[in-house]
Amino acid sequence: MKLVISASPHISSGATTRKIMGDVLIALCPALIAAIVIFGWRALLVTAVCAAACVFFEWGFEKLCHKPSTVGDLSAVVTGVILAYNLPVSIPLWQAVFGCLVAIVAVKQLFGGIGKNFANPALVGRIVLFLSFSKTMTAWVFPDAVSSATPLAQLAAGQKPELLTLLLGNHGGCIGETCALALLLGGVYLLIRGVITWQTPVCFVGTVFVLSLVLGQDALRQVLSGGLFLGAFFMATDYVTAPQTYWGRALFGIGAGLLTCLIRFYGSYAEGVSFAILFMNILTPYLSRWTQSKPLGGAKA
Amino acid sequence: MKLHIHGVHVPNRKNTAELAALRLPIPETVEIPMSMHIGAPAIPVVKPGESVRVGQLIGKAGGFVSAPVYASVSGTVKKIGQQVGSGGRLMQTVVIAADGKQEPDPELKPPKLDTMQDFLDAVRESGMVGLGGAGFPTVVKLTVKNLEQVKAGIINGAECEPYITSDTRTMLDRSDELMEGARLVQHFLQVRRVIFAIEDNKPRCIQLYRKLTKDEDGMEVCALKSLYPQGGEKVLIYNTIGEIVPEGKLPLDVGAVVLNCTTLANIARYCKTGMPLVEKCITVDGSAVAKPKNVIVPIGMKLADVFEQAGGFCAEPKKVLYGGPMMGIAVPDLEQPVLKNTNAILAMTEADAVLPEPSACIRCGRCIRHCPLRLMPSHIVAAYEAGNMERLAELKVNLCMECGCCSFGCPAHRPLVQTNKLAKAKLAVWRKAQSEKLDAKKEAVK
Repeated sequence: MKLVISASPHISSGATTRKIMGDVLIALCPALIAAIVIFGWRALLVTAVCAAACVFFEWGFEKLCHKPSTVGDLSAVVTGVILAYNLPVSIPLWQAVFGCLVAIVAVKQLFGGIGKNFANPALVGRIVLFLSFSKTMTAWVFPDAVSSATPLAQLAAGQKPELLTLLLGNHGGCIGETCALALLLGGVYLLIRGVITWQTPVCFVGTVFVLSLVLGQDALRQVLSGGLFLGAFFMATDYVTAPQTYWGRALFGIGAGLLTCLIRFYGSYAEGVSFAILFMNILTPYLSRWTQSKPLGGAKA
Repeated sequence: MKLHIHGVHVPNRKNTAELAALRLPIPETVEIPMSMHIGAPAIPVVKPGESVRVGQLIGKAGGFVSAPVYASVSGTVKKIGQQVGSGGRLMQTVVIAADGKQEPDPELKPPKLDTMQDFLDAVRESGMVGLGGAGFPTVVKLTVKNLEQVKAGIINGAECEPYITSDTRTMLDRSDELMEGARLVQHFLQVRRVIFAIEDNKPRCIQLYRKLTKDEDGMEVCALKSLYPQGGEKVLIYNTIGEIVPEGKLPLDVGAVVLNCTTLANIARYCKTGMPLVEKCITVDGSAVAKPKNVIVPIGMKLADVFEQAGGFCAEPKKVLYGGPMMGIAVPDLEQPVLKNTNAILAMTEADAVLPEPSACIRCGRCIRHCPLRLMPSHIVAAYEAGNMERLAELKVNLCMECGCCSFGCPAHRPLVQTNKLAKAKLAVWRKAQSEKLDAKKEAVK
């Protein structure tokens, strides 16, 4: 009889990267359904193409580099879906695929694959597309209207979009960002499942709310507009590119909220969530260090 | 401000909690190691061919931090042997062929118990070590220079590891001895508070000891949340008396003496009958075990014999553990004996023997959130891999109690606590070298 010898512990909680990513995908479902209802079937097509492209690039890159495939952990699917949610429904598919290439190969794999990238792949994918194809990336085609300004543009122009419209998301914007209600539902699911902790989304959204209030903006509409919920629940909470400590996550949320407001109110772009999160991604190693936990009973070094 | 001590919800699997311990037949031979404790090994005092009886001294303590070893069966000493223990070190053993009569040593008699010194001598002579698993000689723990220091005696009945119920059975089946032990500690250490600390997944034990301590002065029951590692000494001290044991200090420095409940019951037994530690109640369980149960066996009984007598296997065992699945030690073969500090032996089938292969760290921070001592395992691994000793010192890896919460909760199955163990050893060597360097410098200046 040959016995296995290994160091303790001999059991595990059963948590796996795949299960976590699976939970994120489940949490993204309500927003997908909302997107199909609001923007039509092309929303599903763009999402599916992005997911497939991300998986393909991940598989292909690892194949080329003779690395074990990590497609099974579903992280590439999550990147694809989130990137799609950040694109307008009318985006040419080849541009969407180019965004996936940037996200998976340039941002994730070239830095060493899952766990090693310093910035959120989907986010950088979106920013690269936004800067490269600003025309198609801001073509807010909306089925019912000929063209529709996004709520943020309306707010900037002094108009007041309906609150109910903001909640349900039947207005111009990216595929997955418009329906605040669906995103909130997904976010709550992630919180309940313990996939994310409350510090990031609460501090992020809270900071935007308070700052808007202080700076004389329509706080409620600022919070419900643009990509804030998508960013706060699904992008700022990305494990790899956000701090691991509670306090670090709180600071990350506050910083991202602050930058979002600065860009929205004083910058030349209508929306600032992506750049805010990207900036905080870069600060993450420092946030982790600054908020290092104090070991129980630890003497001063 | 009251801190929340983190931990993990481990599966309960206390299948044997309701099963009173069964006494197994005495095996043909026992092989008793001379090193079943932390500290110097005991020195054999018997020779092959000599006949021994139950409770007779066969190995005398090898120093202050050591413990004597007694014959667990009556019979004839076959040989003074050697065995590779589960820790990988060669241990001296005394092999005894049992005659099955289990005659006690006629010279055994209850010890004189007039003074604190008498009590300490009794604990030393009983051969007692920390039976919760640590195996630290109990007398060393109880040797208190200044009795004023002791604020609370904490009786550890947390038993937070999955599967294990031998302490539960001690609390339920040996309540007289345990209460007597509590009174001894209260009397000799002059403690004002004796606390029975029991996890709330053992409501029967909590109920029983609430009843038993109702009319006792200075005794109380503390029902603890079932959250692993509740039974870890530092965690237990904080959750019962609210004191944090500082780095480099002992529980005694914050006024706490923590004793495992089975340790205490056995001390009481020795004080009453003079019978030292020669047998153990252990939980036999695991997915490969046909009929999980609690059994009473002589120390030194081979695991193969225990499993066979306890009903055998229902599937081929692929991993066998001393202790629970969180901190237990995997044994190389079933020739290993039951030790003083063995509280369970678990046999796992192939499906449970090997954990999934590690994948890349996704920096989710679960290891940090789970660590009861608020260490940062993911950062420790990074520092260890980079060989950054200053950073390891700063991250206080030396405080790690190796409970395994970090590895248990890791979705990437990273070897976190395993790396902590390596890092601790490496840091200790580095610190020693550093202080030697410093000494050499001082010497040069002189």
